[in-house]
Amino acid sequence: MTGFPTLLYKEVLRFWKVSFQTVAAPVLTTLLYLLVFAHALAAHVQAFPGVTYVEFLIPGLAMMAMLQNSFANSSSSLIQSKITGNIVFILLPPMAAGEIFAAYLLASMVRGLTVGTGVFAATLWLIPLPVPNVPWLIGFAVAGCGMLGTMGIIAGIWSEKFDQLAAFQNFLVMPLTFLAGVFYSMHSLPPFWQAVSRLNPFFYAIDGFRYAFFGHSDVPPWESLAIATAAFAALSWLTLALLRRGYKLRH
Amino acid sequence: MSLAVEVRGVEKRYGSVQALAGISLEVHAGEFFALLGPNGAGKTTLISALGGLARADAGSLAVMGHDVTRDFREARRAVGIVPQEIVFDPFFTVRETLEIQSGYFGLRRNGAWIDELLERLALANKANANMRALSGGMKRRVMVAQALVHRPPVIVLDEPTAGVDVELRQTLWSFIRSLNAAGHTILLTTHYLEEAQQLCSRIAMMKEGRIVALDSTANLLASFSERVLRVKLANGTLPEALAAVATSEAGGAWRIPIQDIAHVEDALARLRAAGIEIASLEVAEPELEEVFVKIMHAERVEKAA
Repeated sequence: MTGFPTLLYKEVLRFWKVSFQTVAAPVLTTLLYLLVFAHALAAHVQAFPGVTYVEFLIPGLAMMAMLQNSFANSSSSLIQSKITGNIVFILLPPMAAGEIFAAYLLASMVRGLTVGTGVFAATLWLIPLPVPNVPWLIGFAVAGCGMLGTMGIIAGIWSEKFDQLAAFQNFLVMPLTFLAGVFYSMHSLPPFWQAVSRLNPFFYAIDGFRYAFFGHSDVPPWESLAIATAAFAALSWLTLALLRRGYKLRH
Repeated sequence: MSLAVEVRGVEKRYGSVQALAGISLEVHAGEFFALLGPNGAGKTTLISALGGLARADAGSLAVMGHDVTRDFREARRAVGIVPQEIVFDPFFTVRETLEIQSGYFGLRRNGAWIDELLERLALANKANANMRALSGGMKRRVMVAQALVHRPPVIVLDEPTAGVDVELRQTLWSFIRSLNAAGHTILLTTHYLEEAQQLCSRIAMMKEGRIVALDSTANLLASFSERVLRVKLANGTLPEALAAVATSEAGGAWRIPIQDIAHVEDALARLRAAGIEIASLEVAEPELEEVFVKIMHAERVEKAA
């Protein structure tokens, strides 16, 4: 534990110094989604009984923003450091793989949670939601942001150029988030697509996060939390193994 | 004498390129040591392996007795490496950069030493400037400071003066010399051979992943270079006694090897006796550049044979 606190501090400071881009912009984008989809679909969709579509949408959109920003933080930081070469300043000090992992992961989670908080802060005074169940709320926020923060580290380590990172983001992370039931209840899908949705770990983070507000979800929350946490744990194990081997970092 | 750097049979291959083909090397504590060689000789790969940026396929490396993989924390604490390429983090100021680098080594209150580094490297008035705003030479100085935040006993500089102006080069070397005088071991790579000749007490020359020469600077100069008298004649031809040992150079000058200054007198007397006028005259001291060229050339011939 020599360098971990500083690396965490540096990673948080890095995104905080450009918070218009890293926090304010995603909050605004999420509000635009809310505005547009709520207007277009509110009359047609009743996802959960007794819950308006706008209410239904907010936790899902917030979680989507949290997932995307957790991923963006670790992945963009690593790829920038690799391409500019300043990654050496992290590789030369006496830091173990676990320290580097924990610092990048926690900074990503801080960014994801900050954006999520921003989304709620911007919407709640317009559209009040039920008081959430705090343990579920925190449990799913942590599992979701953790899962994507870890994926961001993997993507950042694996990518050798921005193009590869963009491919990872646009062909894997984006489809998985958009098809994770942010805009609809999984039960509205045909059986085949319901089955496909159940293979998507992001779905459980969003479904469970919504449960924290409405006490209603597509899948029982314990099951969702177990799957999301298991995905987070598996990805963490993989990331740590890559970092220990020095995969694409220590040649 | 204790060893600052110990390299034993290190091999490293990148695809089809054998970057290091069995390197063994010892640098003693307190030495000012040069690692020379043409581009692609493997110098940077060896330094990367020393700092944990690359992993050796075979062999072992240790810094101050700490193995760089088994005991990586202590080994990395013992060495400060200034990388060859200019790299920086554009998000931070000079002082932030140095504070963060200190933190990576677990040093929380390092302000006094950071101030001293800024002072010694003539960066004090740039402490609060963003890294992006600095010139290349200044970024290089920040990199030197970054490598020294944890006061490492072993300092490795990989071509620190490439593309750096004269003033900075002098500032840098006077600082590095004072660190060496204070007991720090210095390992240096450079293409400026006169720098190595002036600064370093011992030299290793590398080529194609091997060490092809390893000796004290004085011994290398004595065995591969010589003091020469370089004369250009205004008229006549070189007397036979001198012509036997002299070689002609481009531009019409003669190169006459001389053991010591007394021989200069002797050579001049012979020229006078032959009634020759001298157009220009120069005594050239042994040069590392000559040593380098001879050793690298000998290697090529040996390979061809």
